[in-house]
Amino acid sequence: MNYLFFIVMLPLLASMIVSFIPGSQAKAIRNVTLGASGLSAILSLVAFCTFQVDGGLQFETKWIWVESLGLNFHLGADGINIGIIFMGAVVAFASVCCAGDITHRVKEFYVLLNIMIGGVLGAFASMDLFFFYFFHELALVPTFIMIGVWGRGQNRNYAAYKITLYLSLGALLALIGLIGVYVQADADSFSIPDLINKVKEQSIDESAQKWIFPLLMFGFGILVSLWPFHTWAPLGYSAAPTATAMLHAGVLKKFGLYGLIRIAIPMAPVGAQYWLGILAWLAMANLLFCGLVAVRQKDLNLLIGNSSVAHMGFIFLGIASMNIIGLTGAVLVMIAHGLLAALAFGLSGHFYQQNSSLDMTQMGGLLRKMPLAGSAFLMAMMAGCGLPGFANFAGELTIFFAAWAAGYKLITVIAVWSALVVGGLYMLRAIRNILHGPQGGTWKNSKDSSPLVTTAFGLLLALLLVFGFAPNLLTKGIEIEVKKIVYLVKPDIDEAKHLDVVTR
Amino acid sequence: MVDQLKFVQLEMMVLVLGLAVLIADLWMAPSKRRLIGHLSALSLGIIFLFSLRESYVDLVNESTDVFFNSRYKIDGLAIFFKRFFILAAIFVLIFAVDFADRIRSGFSEYYAFIIFALAGMMFAASANDFSMLFVSIELITITFYILVSYQRHRLQSLEAGVKYLILGAVSSAFMIYGIALIFGEAGSLKFEDLHAKQSELLGSNVFLFGMLFLFAGLAFKISAFPFQVWAPDVYQGAPTPTTAFLALGSKAAGFVLLIRLLVISLPDLTREWTTLFICISAVTILYGNLCALPQRNLKRLLAYSGIANAGYLLMGIVAQSEAGTAAILYYLAGYLFALITIFLIINLLTKEGEGEDISCLENLNNRSPFLAVAMTLAVVSLAGIPPLAGFFGKFLLIKSVAIEAFGNIGYFVLLAVAVFGVVASIFYYFGIVRTVFWNHKVDEITPVSVGLPIRFVLVSCVVGILYLGLLPNKPIKWVESAAAVENKSLLE
Repeated sequence: MNYLFFIVMLPLLASMIVSFIPGSQAKAIRNVTLGASGLSAILSLVAFCTFQVDGGLQFETKWIWVESLGLNFHLGADGINIGIIFMGAVVAFASVCCAGDITHRVKEFYVLLNIMIGGVLGAFASMDLFFFYFFHELALVPTFIMIGVWGRGQNRNYAAYKITLYLSLGALLALIGLIGVYVQADADSFSIPDLINKVKEQSIDESAQKWIFPLLMFGFGILVSLWPFHTWAPLGYSAAPTATAMLHAGVLKKFGLYGLIRIAIPMAPVGAQYWLGILAWLAMANLLFCGLVAVRQKDLNLLIGNSSVAHMGFIFLGIASMNIIGLTGAVLVMIAHGLLAALAFGLSGHFYQQNSSLDMTQMGGLLRKMPLAGSAFLMAMMAGCGLPGFANFAGELTIFFAAWAAGYKLITVIAVWSALVVGGLYMLRAIRNILHGPQGGTWKNSKDSSPLVTTAFGLLLALLLVFGFAPNLLTKGIEIEVKKIVYLVKPDIDEAKHLDVVTR
Repeated sequence: MVDQLKFVQLEMMVLVLGLAVLIADLWMAPSKRRLIGHLSALSLGIIFLFSLRESYVDLVNESTDVFFNSRYKIDGLAIFFKRFFILAAIFVLIFAVDFADRIRSGFSEYYAFIIFALAGMMFAASANDFSMLFVSIELITITFYILVSYQRHRLQSLEAGVKYLILGAVSSAFMIYGIALIFGEAGSLKFEDLHAKQSELLGSNVFLFGMLFLFAGLAFKISAFPFQVWAPDVYQGAPTPTTAFLALGSKAAGFVLLIRLLVISLPDLTREWTTLFICISAVTILYGNLCALPQRNLKRLLAYSGIANAGYLLMGIVAQSEAGTAAILYYLAGYLFALITIFLIINLLTKEGEGEDISCLENLNNRSPFLAVAMTLAVVSLAGIPPLAGFFGKFLLIKSVAIEAFGNIGYFVLLAVAVFGVVASIFYYFGIVRTVFWNHKVDEITPVSVGLPIRFVLVSCVVGILYLGLLPNKPIKWVESAAAVENKSLLE
């Protein structure tokens, strides 16, 4: 059964239905959206459970879209993206649950939110380069309008522009790179499997690979807030409404990383080897620089935003180490961080709703006021500094092993230091400032999260724990696919011995 | 011999229609002026259906030697552009009816001039000879001198008319001088003769000078740098329907002639001048997009974005391939729907005498959600964001250049400039989206009333934008076949 088609199309269908419901029926609008995203989350769970680990591409839908250009509407899942789609659908459902704070112009918001969810899920399910890009861009305009209309703070105009311009620039650089791949591979189709097969037989000219790969690397990198192109992320997320920030930081931002693993490296393996060393240094800058910036933040949202940029450094480092455990760890952290970022932004959204401020110097003692949201926040912060038991730990640890094995010894040392020491510093300080101590003056009337929102937090936490205790639910499938990619770059290396680290 | 007139059947019908409008004006009461406009739009609709008939399309296979001595060409390209022009004219006529209240006198002539300009554009689509090229270009330009200055009571409109007249006359002078030089060297005005002799002509400086002058004249029509200075003032001052027709028809006419001359007839020359065209294309993109950034007047903003779009379209010429030509056609089709939508909405929201300041869009999402959505789609399509028509057009253009890119660093520069231009353009296009959805300074809340014909045009444009963006399979086939037919004649 082609679950993916329904997972992607349900939100888009919901956006159409919502646009026909009169704006005064806010409840109906919310319920339709909740239903659609809930259903696609359930379908994604079914797909995730019925996925055959060694079955190759599954749940396919394939229609010819433009014959003469070789464009197909092609959805499919393999070991790498099945987990991401599952995570994305759950985060999407959670973000709809947390969108209750929107009280004006509700209809427009939900139309846009549904389009955004459809775009996010479609991007990861697409097996055709064109649709891969197409779905990602589908989310661009909704993001812009959502930050502008429902965003927070004085800075939201600036933030809306900044995020849109950065994302367009990244997407366009990547588009040129993708067209370059298509042209250089002399392909007659944009289908990703076809292109990879084509490149396997006749690889792209080496000098071409050396300019295609940086285009993709920086193009996708900008979308993931690669240092020094990261400044849009903390700013944009702190200005965005809760649901948008959850979806964007949680799922959409992983698009660039997914593109690097799925497209850039297999298509330009020689170019990758040439450039990955530089990527490793930039990844370290992400971890160190943005970690230090996060330490200085007084606003909770900016802290989470900066820490989420810092966490991208792990994933880049995993990709840069270019071995099986590195890439496996990278995909694992993508999924773990998606859940974590959504949880963190959902919680900060809940706090903001209580007091219209996220100034940490004014907060305090909130654990007594809101035991449920407070403990969820405690766990989220712990997961953020890599506490064993959460999925982040498994992924991050794997990446450190991989980076060390790949020879980035200095980088690994600095990265470990900045992740554990600096990361621990700001995460623990946030816990102390917000949850413990005497109660902040303006927080008297704050309430705990409503049952629906609590469910959403619980769902995200539960998945973090499940994947933390049993990462091989994910890694089995990821490893099989990642192996093929690594062999494209290093055909003569056998790294199976390192795999024991994760799969036990 | 007379039966060869079937080659110009559409143009004859259009001319008869124009005359009929003029004559009908003598008998119809002024209160019926809406009717004349709608009837002529309807007649153009029928002519459009004629252009779809198989017997007309089959003319592609017949030779025009006997009557026109091969000066007139019916091929896929010509038919595509004729349909494009008729469609644009239908929209503009319905638009003009809505605008008639702001013209003090002579509204029937206003319709008639639009129709005559249309005839000129349709001739230009088939021109295969310099005399045909010049006559059709002049027919377009002279009618536009009048159309631009039609609101005689508005100083701005007159100013625009004078500017367009003077600069247009200069460009015509360049063109005719160029044609004279070319004729002096080649001894023929026919494009086909030039094609046959192009290798020997390339060695002649006189011929190259002639081509340069001719290109300057055509670059004026498409408002490419450095011949773009007229565009902002003329776009701003002219009556809005004229601006729409100028932006679409005049630009497309320039492009069909450029394609026929540079891509089909003289590919060797184009290859020789690749660097020149790359420079012009890149500078045009940069100039248009950067100058559009600070604009507050919507028509002026669209003029600069029109300059930038001319630069993007020139990328298709630079590519010098079937794919490049097909991309130009696709881009123009998407441009048609987006531009008509935007100009119509601007017109609905502004009263006479007011400037078209961007603030007229404020609170539009409350005043009319339909208009807000249409405006957003059109603007976002111009910005080139999926899933809309403009994205696919830009995608095809970039792809056509990227295919050629290897071996010439200039192409990479052009691609880089194009990317920069798109990012810059997002800034001002999204500024429009922002004004529509938030950023309200005044609380104007009166709903906007939209008449039935205008609603029809808007809906068809929105459907067009979505269709070209979401289901491009068939349209791509159309533009590819339109672009391909011409290349067969190249191989002969």
